[in-house]
Amino acid sequence: MDLNNQHIIKTSKLSIGYTSKKKVNTIAKNLNIELGKGKLICLLGKNGIGKSTLLRTLTKVQPALSGEIFINNTNLKSLNNVELAKSLSLVLTEHLPESNLSVYELVALGRQPYTNWVGNLSETDLKFIDTAFEQTNTKHLINAKYYELSDGQLQKVLIARALAQNTGIIILDEPTAHLDIHHTIETFALLKKLAKDFHKTIIVSTHEVNLALQLADILWLMTPSNFMADTTENLIENDSLYHLFESDLISFNKTLKQFTLSNSY
Amino acid sequence: MVSPTKSYRNTFLILLGVLLLIFIINISLGSVYIPLKQLFLAFIDGDVKKESWKSILLNYRLPKAITAIIVGSGLSISGLLMQTLFRNPLAGPYVLGISSGASLGVAILILGASFFGGTMAGFAFSSWGHAIAASIGAFLVLSAVMLAAIKVRNTMSILIIGLMFGSLTASVISVLAYFSSANQLQQYLFWSFGSLGNLSWNEILVLLIIFVIGMTFVIFIIKPLNSLLLGENYAKSMGVNVKRTRNLTLISTSLLTGVITAFSGPIAFIGLAVPHLTKLLFSTSNHKILVPAVAISGAIIMLICDSIAQLPTSEYTLPINAITSLFGAPIIIWLLVRKRKITY
Repeated sequence: MDLNNQHIIKTSKLSIGYTSKKKVNTIAKNLNIELGKGKLICLLGKNGIGKSTLLRTLTKVQPALSGEIFINNTNLKSLNNVELAKSLSLVLTEHLPESNLSVYELVALGRQPYTNWVGNLSETDLKFIDTAFEQTNTKHLINAKYYELSDGQLQKVLIARALAQNTGIIILDEPTAHLDIHHTIETFALLKKLAKDFHKTIIVSTHEVNLALQLADILWLMTPSNFMADTTENLIENDSLYHLFESDLISFNKTLKQFTLSNSY
Repeated sequence: MVSPTKSYRNTFLILLGVLLLIFIINISLGSVYIPLKQLFLAFIDGDVKKESWKSILLNYRLPKAITAIIVGSGLSISGLLMQTLFRNPLAGPYVLGISSGASLGVAILILGASFFGGTMAGFAFSSWGHAIAASIGAFLVLSAVMLAAIKVRNTMSILIIGLMFGSLTASVISVLAYFSSANQLQQYLFWSFGSLGNLSWNEILVLLIIFVIGMTFVIFIIKPLNSLLLGENYAKSMGVNVKRTRNLTLISTSLLTGVITAFSGPIAFIGLAVPHLTKLLFSTSNHKILVPAVAISGAIIMLICDSIAQLPTSEYTLPINAITSLFGAPIIIWLLVRKRKITY
């Protein structure tokens, strides 16, 4: 039990996928994940491999086909919406609906699981919101409307919202999909800092494989036949990365520890 | 420490002042001229020069003004809720066919009364009968549009689906009309023009009770509506029970639109235009501010529309729908042209 206590997320024999009218479409099965505190995890895999399905299952948006998920040693099934919202927050890729929300109001919404029935912010709430702005270095933006922000700024503000929610786990679905290389690196650096300095467990699905190889503590690799979760060094050592993209165009270079264009290209 | 949220106290005080002013102007206007002093006297101790003036004020103008306030507030709040729920700046009770649904309920009651016979006919002409039939009609259409909206995410498609439901109910009503007597038809036709007057104090009580019930639901969904501003997935991740919020929104909107339509007929554009004007004035999306602000603004605008409809100094009264459309449609066009991107 002492060992288990350190697992902020744990799955046992987890199968993920969809059920539609009698037909079961399994995307991955027998996933046994064990995650500790303060780690940056990058989830890598080709388009359509099921990264989102895995994240959706872990966040209770869709049910698991079989197996169990434990968040802080509590079975996900027995957590209600508000309890889950206090241990796990999200940053999504989808566009926000149009509204007049200011940056401050948007980040303050992160306090919803804690506020009273009409949503009044207490002193504690204000403190957490303030800290979230500090951690993401976005204090100068608070009076702007969110639609006035650049994509890079908006991403930081959305991360601030997740931080205001004060959860041990933050899950991000392709947070850098719309960003240039500068803001992509900035975002990953921020996530790394949050994991390292503030002991958040951060799970990021991303296509930035080379950046992930340099920054992630743990990689989750999804291939059609397999799911691997291990430290970056171990995965490089046991040649697992070769199978990530089974393509003639791209290959893994073990000495550079990077993916490169294949010679055959 | 950063400033969390702006205080809107002054704006609210001004709005309330305007509401009071318009209310007084509204009841001082009409085909019979009543001096302002006599107007106040009538409410203070009832010692008025002419008994007829008192009767006009208490039995005609005051009920009409109160009806205007409830109708304006209720429809505007319905519009606000729908715009947030459907994530659609052009949603409103009239546009989405909800008012048509309420009309259908009333049409079945009035035009179909002969089919139901004796006891039902008595119920059909009672004020509760109208209110309940209209609310059920509104609820059915709103649920149907909501079901469609879950499948179809596209803003335009939802509006067109709402429009189609409007046409569907209109065609059912024409079939009913075809088989109705001239008397029933006339009764229905006058109702459908929309009117704020002619409500007895008893009917106003029914209107008020259901209005208060509807608004109570609204107060309880202020917080989840705010998280829905970020979309359903974010709302869920912040612990919001989206299904429950959606159901409560549907119920309160149906009650408000239903009962209002039952008593004042289908009234256009108030539900769509007022929330936008309010958002322009307050520049916020926070429902804690918007709900009271929209309610007050709706009351003000409806009172203004009603004052215009009376054609001051003339003995004619225009249909209220003509005025609200005249006021609402240009505002929507202006908003679309001016900002291109209207927010909700």
